[in-house]
Amino acid sequence: MTSTERVYGYFPGCTLATTAVDYDASGRAVAAALDLELREVPDWNCCGASFPLSAENVMNFIAPARTLIAAQREGQDLATLCAVCFHVLKRSDSYLRTHPEAADRLNAFVTEGDYDGRVKVRHLLGILRDDLGWEVVRRHVAAPLQGLRAAPYYGCLLLRPEAEMELDNPEAPKVLHNLLLALGAEPVGFARQAECCGSTLLVSAPEANQRLSTAVIESARSAGAMIVVTACPLCKFNLDRAQEGLPAAERLPVAYFTQAMAAAFGLAEHAGPVSPLQAAA
Amino acid sequence: MRVTLDPEALHGPFVREIEAISEQNLLKCNQCGRCSAGCPVVEEMDLLPNQIIRLAQLGLETVIDSQTPWMCASCLMCQSRCPKGVDLPRVMEAVRQIALRRGDSRVLAGRVDGSLLASAPQMAVIGALRRGER
Repeated sequence: MTSTERVYGYFPGCTLATTAVDYDASGRAVAAALDLELREVPDWNCCGASFPLSAENVMNFIAPARTLIAAQREGQDLATLCAVCFHVLKRSDSYLRTHPEAADRLNAFVTEGDYDGRVKVRHLLGILRDDLGWEVVRRHVAAPLQGLRAAPYYGCLLLRPEAEMELDNPEAPKVLHNLLLALGAEPVGFARQAECCGSTLLVSAPEANQRLSTAVIESARSAGAMIVVTACPLCKFNLDRAQEGLPAAERLPVAYFTQAMAAAFGLAEHAGPVSPLQAAA
Repeated sequence: MRVTLDPEALHGPFVREIEAISEQNLLKCNQCGRCSAGCPVVEEMDLLPNQIIRLAQLGLETVIDSQTPWMCASCLMCQSRCPKGVDLPRVMEAVRQIALRRGDSRVLAGRVDGSLLASAPQMAVIGALRRGER
């Protein structure tokens, strides 16, 4: 048995547990391949799927706070894959640390314990870069993604606001680029790489959402990409949906970054839409 | 657009309500327009993002009739680029909150297309309803 030094609490979130199970499975598989132990946080609940933007109602923070408290009890950094969960949990932690009155009121309503603001909320991309380093990732590559022109799509909430998310510069992000380079792929920068796909307008204004997602796809396509790589299950859904009317051959596939990693690591069963492109290369 | 300014409204209850909910000082905005220049949803809006904050500064309650706060995807592009540090998505949220409290729900679970509800990621449904339903 190998000893694992790197242990993280893991928060799958509502979407990875239900509709984006391939993101969850590929994430767990590549983490295991890298000797990163992801221990699912016990008794977690949905983070709320939107960071509360109004100051008045501290109740909006109960959902993320319960998970932060559960993670605090486990005593490890809290790892996430979903960009929105990362955003909500990271900013909730930040808000509760900088607003002690709100934290006091909240703690009065949560029976599991008080949140002390000591949980480090992490995204797997940050863990790969900062805890392992790209060289370690490169050493695990069994089948380099040679010739794969991949468009790293950051979207909106993974990076912004920069001071709170502490992951990358939203105007010139590099983390997905550098991961793709480590995997042997050819990252293709594109104009809309950090612009919104439409997010929850999918539900409230589907036509507008369609136009926003189409613009992202067209931007990646015109930069010469063969595939779009994302860290967000809602981006993935929106970008796929925007292309539903196109003939299959004209669609730009959208993969999770963990699927690109799985393809390069030789974990073909988790490589999703990267597989056929890898076979063709 | 023709507007009538009321000096009382500049510091009236509507401005105070938006500032309380958003925790933003509306007068920090000097109308440089950078928010509207970078907004990816601007083509879907009836008022530009900078016009929303301008009307709000002036205490003009017509902002709550605009589609713009509901088209805002809260992507934070404007927030991250504002040279004055105004968090405009929070101002948009405050306008939505005031509209909701006055009975104006724009997103209703019962009105969402059923096939979309069946296939959409949970996060989209939860996020949209948390934002727009009373």
